[in-house]
Amino acid sequence: MTQTQTQTQSWTQTQGHSPTAPSLQSSAGTPRPRAAVGIRAEGVTKSYGRTVVVDDVSIELPVGGLTALIGPNGAGKSTFLSIAARLLAADHGRVSVDGLDVTTTPGDVMARRLAVLRQDNHLEIRLTVRDLVAFGRFPHSKGRPTPEDLVHVEQAMAYLDLEEYADRYLDELSGGQRQRAFVAMVLCQDTDFVLLDEPLNNLDLRHAVAMMRRLRDAARELGRTVVVVVHDINIASCYADTIVAMCDGQVAASGSPAEIMRSELLEQIYGLEVGVHELDGQLIATYYS
Amino acid sequence: MSVDHTATRVRPPSPPRPGAPAQVRRRVPTWVRLAIAAGLALAVVAGFLVSDTHGYAEVIVPLRIRRLAALILVGWAIALSTVLFQTVTGNRILTPALMGFDALYILIQTSVVFLFSARLLNQTDTRIQFVLETLVMLAFSLTLFRWLFASGRHPIHVLILVGMVFGILFRSLAGFMQRLIDPSEFQSLQNLMFASFTTVDEDLVLVTALVVAVVTAIVVRRLSTYDVLALGAATATNLGVDHRRETTRVLALVAVLVSVSTALVGPITFFGLLVAHAAYQLAGTHRHAVVLPMAGLTAVICLVGGQFLLERILEVTTTLSVVIELVGGLAFIALLIHRARRNLT
Repeated sequence: MTQTQTQTQSWTQTQGHSPTAPSLQSSAGTPRPRAAVGIRAEGVTKSYGRTVVVDDVSIELPVGGLTALIGPNGAGKSTFLSIAARLLAADHGRVSVDGLDVTTTPGDVMARRLAVLRQDNHLEIRLTVRDLVAFGRFPHSKGRPTPEDLVHVEQAMAYLDLEEYADRYLDELSGGQRQRAFVAMVLCQDTDFVLLDEPLNNLDLRHAVAMMRRLRDAARELGRTVVVVVHDINIASCYADTIVAMCDGQVAASGSPAEIMRSELLEQIYGLEVGVHELDGQLIATYYS
Repeated sequence: MSVDHTATRVRPPSPPRPGAPAQVRRRVPTWVRLAIAAGLALAVVAGFLVSDTHGYAEVIVPLRIRRLAALILVGWAIALSTVLFQTVTGNRILTPALMGFDALYILIQTSVVFLFSARLLNQTDTRIQFVLETLVMLAFSLTLFRWLFASGRHPIHVLILVGMVFGILFRSLAGFMQRLIDPSEFQSLQNLMFASFTTVDEDLVLVTALVVAVVTAIVVRRLSTYDVLALGAATATNLGVDHRRETTRVLALVAVLVSVSTALVGPITFFGLLVAHAAYQLAGTHRHAVVLPMAGLTAVICLVGGQFLLERILEVTTTLSVVIELVGGLAFIALLIHRARRNLT
């Protein structure tokens, strides 16, 4: 068995509490003090032409913990996430993160509070994994990395099991490895709020589960607020602390997995027959008919 | 049983060969690369200045210095403007010249002659004229290219097409006005419109040197910001860079640099593309702190070295711009084909 396999397996099997597991230290030591206020949206509306994509959404996402945004295609999840992360301007309404209005707060201040990763990340330039992850320190170092910044970079790569690819170019990696490199960059930014749009894209089962476990650990142990858009409702059910279900640009329901994982609610959201079963203490939806 | 075991064993996502080949790739350090380029640039500059003086060095060298300064300024301006332009547009095929930047400058020059007559222009100081034309250029190009690049990303073929159309539009408008003006006024315009490294205005060299120095100083202070800009709008915003503002600033700097090079020697379409891509290869890193000086040095080596080669070694009278356009044009076609192939696979 090669060294790689040992590393990969230990990564997927670690429960996150083992002393040998790589960990992400926050700069203030663990656990960091949580932000006082979470992500608050008031009357957020966005339309493209005549199509209203996000329709008057007002919601407050809790501080700390892992929040999953679910819903069918075109429900407005990604658009809402982009607006919350100031990548997209809303037509109406405002979003504040930790009390800071995302559109008026200076970009570099915001970049130390909130990090975001979009779905498709195409780069025109050739970068190694380490180069990319190191960019996550830019809001702190402004291009002059200190030894502490470099420690953060190595930790983030270890956290996502990327050490052996550190000097490989991104265009030589598989889609899943590239996806993990981007997530490492965002985690390396060391922000209280982390927003990820479909971070499980291109990941196989094992890495998807490992990724969700890492994100949950980051939320629970480091007191971060992690918001992810996921398509697999069972992933949301098993790993999220809060689920927000969107449908037709509006918030259809939000609450704990137990409150959301009900067959009549899911049927209404997805327009599909859904059964919910309790298996090994987890709520699992079946919708294959 | 052992067969079963290997068959069901989960393999790691990608076969990571032991003794990672990535380590081998750590090649020549960047400072060595830059030092070699700087050495070569110095060598061609020295060769250009002191060769074939036939014992009249005191007379000939000062004369050559002016032309040398123009070549260096133009090379540096084109290299910087092309790399920065490609960084903010997130595209390595487009260049300011391909998008009609220099055609716009020619149009502005022609309109000035058309509206105010060349006699008036001849009386005005070339330096003041340059500054005014650059300001007009700045305003026009910012409006145009902000609209084009800030309003979301257009597909590359649309941008190339738009650039071609704009270039042709600007050139035809300028050509139309040139046909209407007095032949003697046309004469004074003509000097400005054809790329020429043999006739260079002395006053212009000084003022453009100042402009290029200021632009370079601004660029040096923002090198790491440009590294972030190259990651695209979303990632740059996430990392705290005001993408819209920085893009506008860079386009303004590019407009100024294009004005400089066009005012000194006229438009050269493919040279920027050539040196930018040479620099990307030679620098071996994405960092602008290395790529920009590498591009500048490559441009100086090509221009000064090319001129030296044509004049002193081959002793032909072909203008350097013709050779550059030929080589650059071929490189452009090669790039397009390479890209199309990569997209197909």
